[in-house]
Amino acid sequence: MFATQVYGDNGKMKEYHYTGPVEHRFSPYSFNGGTVLAVAGEDFAIVASDTRLSEGYSIHSRDSPKCYKLTDTTVIGCSGFHGDCLTLTEIIDARLKMYKHSNNKCMTSGAIAAMLSTILYGRRFFPYYVYNIIGGLDEEGKGAVYSFDPVGSYQRDTYKAGGSASAMLQPLLDNQIGFKNMEGVQHLPLSQEKAVQLVKDVFISAAERDVYTGDALRICIVTKDGIKEETVPLRKD
Amino acid sequence: MALANVLQSESVDFSNYGRKCRGFSSSLYETELGLESVGGDNLSFAVRTACSDGDGPERKIQFLHGTTTLAFKFQHGVIVAVDSRATAGAYIASQTVKKVIEINPYLLGTMAGGAADCSFWERLLARQCRVYELRNKERISVAAASKLLANMVYQYKGMGLSMGTMVCGWDKTGPGLYYVDSEGNRVCGDLFAVGSGSMYAYGIVDSGLKQKDLTVEEACDLGCRAIYQATYRDAYSGGQVNLYHVHSEGWNRVSQSDVLMLHQQYQAEKA
Repeated sequence: MFATQVYGDNGKMKEYHYTGPVEHRFSPYSFNGGTVLAVAGEDFAIVASDTRLSEGYSIHSRDSPKCYKLTDTTVIGCSGFHGDCLTLTEIIDARLKMYKHSNNKCMTSGAIAAMLSTILYGRRFFPYYVYNIIGGLDEEGKGAVYSFDPVGSYQRDTYKAGGSASAMLQPLLDNQIGFKNMEGVQHLPLSQEKAVQLVKDVFISAAERDVYTGDALRICIVTKDGIKEETVPLRKD
Repeated sequence: MALANVLQSESVDFSNYGRKCRGFSSSLYETELGLESVGGDNLSFAVRTACSDGDGPERKIQFLHGTTTLAFKFQHGVIVAVDSRATAGAYIASQTVKKVIEINPYLLGTMAGGAADCSFWERLLARQCRVYELRNKERISVAAASKLLANMVYQYKGMGLSMGTMVCGWDKTGPGLYYVDSEGNRVCGDLFAVGSGSMYAYGIVDSGLKQKDLTVEEACDLGCRAIYQATYRDAYSGGQVNLYHVHSEGWNRVSQSDVLMLHQQYQAEKA
């Protein structure tokens, strides 16, 4: 151990310890925050995300939505490390084009989900640091939500929240959409208006308590008539 | 590496780095080490990030883990029972995961450990089984299917795969049950329970199987109860109990019961 004695201003000795070579490890990842949410209804699907892009204690952008349109019937929400989100969506777009050219039809939501699983697993030993949720319509026109983990494990859900505020949103959705932990309540199917209102309320709550969620909310509503986008302001602090 | 030995604690900890590099071309002794470091810390992967948890906003990527799955042979085939919880660290990512993978109409695979690892490799196994069928014009045996899976994952031994699966089916020689894992184990047996809640499940099934000649209903009930007890005591297991029965004609899904409902049912029976 090297120890250098230094004399300070008041005459007292200051100890300065230098413990040998210090290495600063480069991390290939960074966490850019953001929350994504998807809900499947009878004949619609909603994919919503906040638009804040942060890193550490800073906000890089207040207008960086995390929903990306893949086809006329499918939208993907990606949160986590923004670099990997961008690359992953570009890879998915390229694969969609290749499929369209080879098979002369658009990929269905289920097919996109299965393909994404293998794309993610292909990087099993250096994963894409992205939490994906796909929302869209299946072949029968019913709403479908597929949620993924960073290495490609996926399953079909009715609703799912992902990203930094997911642990806050998911229990609320379990209660309001899944009717969990409620006794003697009628299980009414979710209408599109009610679902959109629920998504707005849920994000307002998330913005209150999660530092990485806020600024604005982008909602994509997928129906057989196409994809409609709506932007709602959230807390900017 | 040599410098690290000389300076010991005064220098940067290269030991992790060294272990990872050695793991790929390793002697038996080092493989042990490599395994321990990888096997014990299930939430990590090959690349280590510089920041640890709590050090700034950087977080570790967390995969889905934790489970109870069991399968046992009996007079009328094989019973397969699993829970449906997936956890990412302490967060319950899902209560509705399908941990039984339907490889083909007469072969089932269970999922324990890393969710993506299990579903990916068993899907690949399904493909290989189909290729075998096309080439040989007959169904693949359970022993051969489990061997294919074991050999596939053995190539990735030491690289951090986490998979503990049971291949269950019925072939020419009768009911078949093999346990295959990412460490390279492949064992034939009459009863296996895999996952964080396996010890609790073993207790129930071992005592229930004492009396031989179970009927199908008794065996199904035993499997269901074993998983229920495991979900009761293991924090990482829960959700629903999915029950399958494999017989000579193939497999069929017996039931899917929510653990909360089962709890109320068993409480009522006790009273």
